[in-house]
Amino acid sequence: MQFFIFLIVSIILVVASILVIVQRNPVVSALFLIAALCAQAILYLLLNATFLAVIQIIVYAGAIMVLFLFVIMLLNLRKDEFGFEKRKAQRFFGILFAILLLVELGVVIKIGLSKIPSTEFSLDPDFGGVQSIGKALFTDYLLPFELTSVLLLVAMVGAIVLAKKKL
Amino acid sequence: MSWLTPDINFKIISPELIILIVALLVLILEPLLKGRSKNILPHISWIGVALALVSVITLWNREELGFNQMFILDNFSCFFKIIFLSGTLLVILSSISYLKEEKIFHGEYFSLILFATFGMMLMASSLNLIVIFLGLEIMSLCLYILAGFRRYDLKSNESSMKYFLIGAFASGFLLYGIAMLYGATNSTNLKEILIFTQGFENPLFLFIGLGLILVGLGFKIASFPFHMWVPDVYEGAPTPITAFISSGPKAAGFSALLRILLFAFGSLHIDWSFVLWILAVLTMSFGNVIALSQTNIKRLLAYSSIAHAGYVLVALVAGGDSGISSAMFYLLAYTFMNIGAFIIIIFLGEKKVNLDDYSGLVTKYPILGITLALFMFSLAGFPPTSGFMAKFYVFSSAIKSGYTGLAIIGVLNSFVSVYYYLRVVVIMFMRAPVDEVQKVPIPFFLGLALLFSVWGTLHLGILPQSFLTLAQNSIFSPF
Repeated sequence: MQFFIFLIVSIILVVASILVIVQRNPVVSALFLIAALCAQAILYLLLNATFLAVIQIIVYAGAIMVLFLFVIMLLNLRKDEFGFEKRKAQRFFGILFAILLLVELGVVIKIGLSKIPSTEFSLDPDFGGVQSIGKALFTDYLLPFELTSVLLLVAMVGAIVLAKKKL
Repeated sequence: MSWLTPDINFKIISPELIILIVALLVLILEPLLKGRSKNILPHISWIGVALALVSVITLWNREELGFNQMFILDNFSCFFKIIFLSGTLLVILSSISYLKEEKIFHGEYFSLILFATFGMMLMASSLNLIVIFLGLEIMSLCLYILAGFRRYDLKSNESSMKYFLIGAFASGFLLYGIAMLYGATNSTNLKEILIFTQGFENPLFLFIGLGLILVGLGFKIASFPFHMWVPDVYEGAPTPITAFISSGPKAAGFSALLRILLFAFGSLHIDWSFVLWILAVLTMSFGNVIALSQTNIKRLLAYSSIAHAGYVLVALVAGGDSGISSAMFYLLAYTFMNIGAFIIIIFLGEKKVNLDDYSGLVTKYPILGITLALFMFSLAGFPPTSGFMAKFYVFSSAIKSGYTGLAIIGVLNSFVSVYYYLRVVVIMFMRAPVDEVQKVPIPFFLGLALLFSVWGTLHLGILPQSFLTLAQNSIFSPF
């Protein structure tokens, strides 16, 4: 049962991701990105990571996507800017490399499938919950957690430095 | 419920903390200070860097782990921190007059340089792939912004944008590689990956992950197929930032590569050394050959920096004790000679970047002409300079490990590079000066930075033993 859900959700995820990049209209591709992110959240649920799934939907599919749509709206693109020119050589090499990647993927799956461990893991009852994530963040992963704050500060400073009218 | 105490050890991250505190201090002081009092900001910054340098030296010869095995203090990381901090010191000292001339004297500039240094230092002393990634991101984000710091200049905007897009792409590769490694080994800790790779069976994921990490870090060190951003970014970025990008972040990328390849994947040396062999040859040859036809000195040094990354890759292929120590020595020597050469370009300003502008430089500014010639000789690898000793150690370590062919290709490549380095010298010495612009005195702090890099270049060339023993004492135990 779980496997079928996984299969369906993964197909949705892959198809939605492909649609994100092939759409000419940025608004439509942003909507497909929401679909892809929601499918990803379901994958998290299947892995028992309930908290991550909720955060994924609230933060990514909710807040960040709204920001994306706002930016697209503010850019005020004209009709011809929605599309792009295709070149013949580009298409040829694109198809060539795509086929190469596909073959590679096949090989990986063929070799890899046999090596997936089949043992059942016994999980902590609180696995994926708020408490265990909080514990991990503030004990084992304290350094990366604090470093992320520096990273965000740098990003904020950068946005101001590059975009403010008069420094 | 039991109390869990996180594993905090402030002592071993004290150099990083000093840099971080000074960066925040500069950021806070910037809006508080008005007018001329802002002039103290660069001085606060370089004093902070010097303090961090002192604290790194006091932590020498200690080995401690902290933060749940994520952070390691050892001589390897200390040596790299010395490289980063001296590079940062030189860049800050030489930026002061440049920023005033370009009218972009803002405190954020120094603060971002310090944040970038903070990121590099984390990369050098981390035992965990997550922390390496975060350090790399902190560093890169600062560099994207700094590359676009001349906001009114289109080329600077282009440089920042290109660097950001390609850098973000590279980070994606790196992160995907880390995810693959985690999938294969169930850990992001390099020690545990080392234990895993010593086992009998290595899954395919492991090699895919390693390949992706190589791609990600290859972008940062500008090795051959991932170098296309280098010339445009170097040309458009403010010159002090070009000097900064070409020394510190490159060394930081190499420090992470050394730890990942020679420590965690040391037992699989045969598997990856072949790939790196090809990369090293292509990187050296490509950089040197394209540099031959450059007429813009910033682009010329950009291609030269690609070639130098190739020489360091030779040391990585060689591996072992001598490979690691020669790579470290090379990066230290390269920091001094490369930033030294850039200091003169910084002084001449953003408008004089064509090689023709350098004709007769030596009659106008005898000291600058002679020092630039010294750095060019050093970059080309002539005997009494650090460039020669560095190349000598790298190639001899390659021969010691049995890669004679690679060493021969490297030496041939440095012959090719002599042409374009000496062309700069010939233009400076043999041609008559073109313009009659008023001679400007050399600013004090820029002169100080120049003196420091001349000292580094000559000291490492004439008396290399002291720094070489330092490098030899600071290798981590390779597998």
